[in-house]
Amino acid sequence: MALLDVSQLSIHFGGVKAVQNVSFSIDAGIVYSVIGPNGAGKTTLFNLITGVYTPTSGEIRLDDESIGGKSPNQLATRGVARTFQNLQICMNMSARENVMVGAHLRLDRNLIKAALRFPGLKRRDAEMCEEAAELMRFVGLEKYIEARADSMPYGALKRLEIARALAMKPRLLFLDEPAAGLNPRETIEVDHLVRKVADAGITVVLVEHDMKMVMNLSDRILVLDYGKKLAEGTGEEVRKNPDVIAAYLGAHA
Amino acid sequence: MLAQFLQFLFSGITVGATYALAALGFTLIYNASNVINFAQGEFIMLGGMLAVFFTQAGLPLPLALLLAILVPAVVGVLLEKLAIEPVKGAETVTLIIITIGASLVIRGLTAVIFGKGTHSLPAFSGDAPIEILGATLLPQSLWVLGVTAVVVVALWYFFNRTLQGKAMLATSYNRLAAELVGINTGWVLFMSFAMSAALGALGGILITPITLTSYDAGIMLGLKGFVAAVVGGLGNGLGAVLGGLLVGILEAMGAGYISSAYKDAMPFVLILLILFFMPRGLFGGKSTDRV
Amino acid sequence: MKKNVFFGLYLIIGLLLVLPFVLPNSFYLDLVIRMAINAVIVLGLNLLIGFAGQISLGHAGFLGIGAYASAVLPTHFGWHPLLAMGAGAAVTGLLAALVARPIFKLKGHYLAMATLGLGIIINIALRNEAQWTGGPDGMPVPAMGLFGFELSSDKHWYWAVALLLSVSVWASLNLIDSPFGRALRALHGSEVAAQVVGVDVVRYKVAIFVLSAVFASLMGSVTAHYGGFVTPNLADFFHSIELVTMVVIGGMASVYGSVIGAVLLTAMPQALATFEGWETVAFGSILMLSMIFMPKGLVPTLAAKFGKGE
Repeated sequence: MALLDVSQLSIHFGGVKAVQNVSFSIDAGIVYSVIGPNGAGKTTLFNLITGVYTPTSGEIRLDDESIGGKSPNQLATRGVARTFQNLQICMNMSARENVMVGAHLRLDRNLIKAALRFPGLKRRDAEMCEEAAELMRFVGLEKYIEARADSMPYGALKRLEIARALAMKPRLLFLDEPAAGLNPRETIEVDHLVRKVADAGITVVLVEHDMKMVMNLSDRILVLDYGKKLAEGTGEEVRKNPDVIAAYLGAHA
Repeated sequence: MLAQFLQFLFSGITVGATYALAALGFTLIYNASNVINFAQGEFIMLGGMLAVFFTQAGLPLPLALLLAILVPAVVGVLLEKLAIEPVKGAETVTLIIITIGASLVIRGLTAVIFGKGTHSLPAFSGDAPIEILGATLLPQSLWVLGVTAVVVVALWYFFNRTLQGKAMLATSYNRLAAELVGINTGWVLFMSFAMSAALGALGGILITPITLTSYDAGIMLGLKGFVAAVVGGLGNGLGAVLGGLLVGILEAMGAGYISSAYKDAMPFVLILLILFFMPRGLFGGKSTDRV
Repeated sequence: MKKNVFFGLYLIIGLLLVLPFVLPNSFYLDLVIRMAINAVIVLGLNLLIGFAGQISLGHAGFLGIGAYASAVLPTHFGWHPLLAMGAGAAVTGLLAALVARPIFKLKGHYLAMATLGLGIIINIALRNEAQWTGGPDGMPVPAMGLFGFELSSDKHWYWAVALLLSVSVWASLNLIDSPFGRALRALHGSEVAAQVVGVDVVRYKVAIFVLSAVFASLMGSVTAHYGGFVTPNLADFFHSIELVTMVVIGGMASVYGSVIGAVLLTAMPQALATFEGWETVAFGSILMLSMIFMPKGLVPTLAAKFGKGE
């Protein structure tokens, strides 16, 4: 059975049909990419599945449980994590604290225990502090462990978002253009990082414009155009699909 | 019964017109700069107080009133130039505190210069009440309503039919785009503070013969103007006018039928109910955050 | 993570221990007591405004509920002051919780409007219900007794309030560096980021709003007992603004900033009294100038200047 099952998903903003009747399913443990020209509805699709938007119609099932219309924080409890195309970093906090926020649901959130500095809570928090540093090393941010978030360069913040998402120990991770705005070297590093994440057993859903990265990483690819599903399949199948060539790759061929 | 109702209605729309002018002032500044100007009420107070003192100083009425509008407008521009422009893009709380600081300065100076007494202004055309269906209407109320109507029409014309007005509208929709097409957004900011202060002062002048004024009259008027602007859906000009009238009428009806002691609380009860049940105001649009 | 976050607390405790022995007279002791009471209120308000990023322009209203609970219930109904204080806090907490959900669906200026409206309504009610509250003239507040021991002399009050302040600073420092505190700061930094990692944003906003309101109510009771008299001015719009100003001048999202802001603004009317008649102008000018030249507030600005974060 698929981990994520999307059927006939649509959302309309006024008269704009940003996503129309899109269906697909994602098996556990794979890297699944969503591609398409700018404005094809990729980020909107992410926002729908991760609960930022409520679908106009259609169904989203995670582990056979319907999750359409659930809020992002409810989805977080079910192991859904994501990063953002335009960064959503808490600039009022340190880099490491940003990662620690990712572990929100794994820690004791009691207010009174926190205010009175209960030893158990404090100890767990100190452990998390170490784990956050570990995660930052994992994504290649060892230089920034003691940094303030607002002093970090763009490329590092992109990875900080990934570290924060990993701190949730997610089952399903949505990466929205992790390589956008990065130079070629950084892009390769992110490519390796996504591979490492997938190898750790996390199912990755990727939106990315860098075709080399997409073809390199993806087990399956979904192609969107004007909010509609144009094709779906392995990299090879998609590459050969005449519709895709005409609508998308055709521009480059 | 009807006479009583009409009486409350008359006093409601009269004071409501003042709120409408204040709300328009809030709206103008909010649209141009995203700032809620908590000093708006002080312009209302300033208009009334200056009108009193210019006429007492022996100036002819029209000149006194003109000056009582111009001086607050200059104060508004000074506020914008000296305190708002230097902190462009600051947090909402910072901006709120700056305008509150400004309101304290204006009020404090007024108290120092003109004293803390209560003052009145003679009505523009006599005090003989006009009788309508058993209720009475003061001639000054007609002045308030008439001038407010003229101002609303003039503003509508300005924003819809003149290049300057359209430039201001464009800036409120998208500052960067407005700058790119060559609109001087600094000028827009300047104009919005000047106009907003002048509108407030005008409201203050018109209402003073009915309600009297003192150095500390601005705060409540300003806050109720803010309520009116939010009732109308912050940023919506027509909404601000309707919001002002609605707040005025509700306040008068509440004072008349429910409790006059709680008159000042009525607008705030109204706004809480509206915010709880229709969070965009009565006439505001919907918005979706993009992430 | 930084070992020295508690350094300021030790400094405060040290100062509080020394002050009563070096202050020249009871005038200054009284001033320090009022500074400390305000500091505790501002700590609670800063959790809401500075850390969680949610404004409240009606906090003096909550202060008023607490103060009048402590005045009215013992006077008219013979309640024990502690019970009255608890009742005030409970009512405040309920009221805050009741309005919080709809309020926190609002953002920015709408939130400012709603809290402002709430505060003004409370204030008007206190002014109007004269048969209970004494109306605009206010009413006397009976003394606070604790286990047969009456808090009456300024010295007693001093030590009680000093302890309260030290514990509050300690608890605030603990709170902000905990999962709960990080969630609060995260929803300020990026609401959507906080949501996707599992923070129930509305719940957290409600929690911190209720907490800071209850704090204000309790401290309102303390203020009332200490002063022995309470007027509706305690609950008016200006006092709300004064409290917000203490937060902002000291420094948003800074625990020590709250204390500094409260100390400075409590001292200011005393200092400005020499300007006779010009106090309001001076106060307004200071607000504007400090916001224009130091929008981050005193403590964060100085901390940045001397190169160590708080």
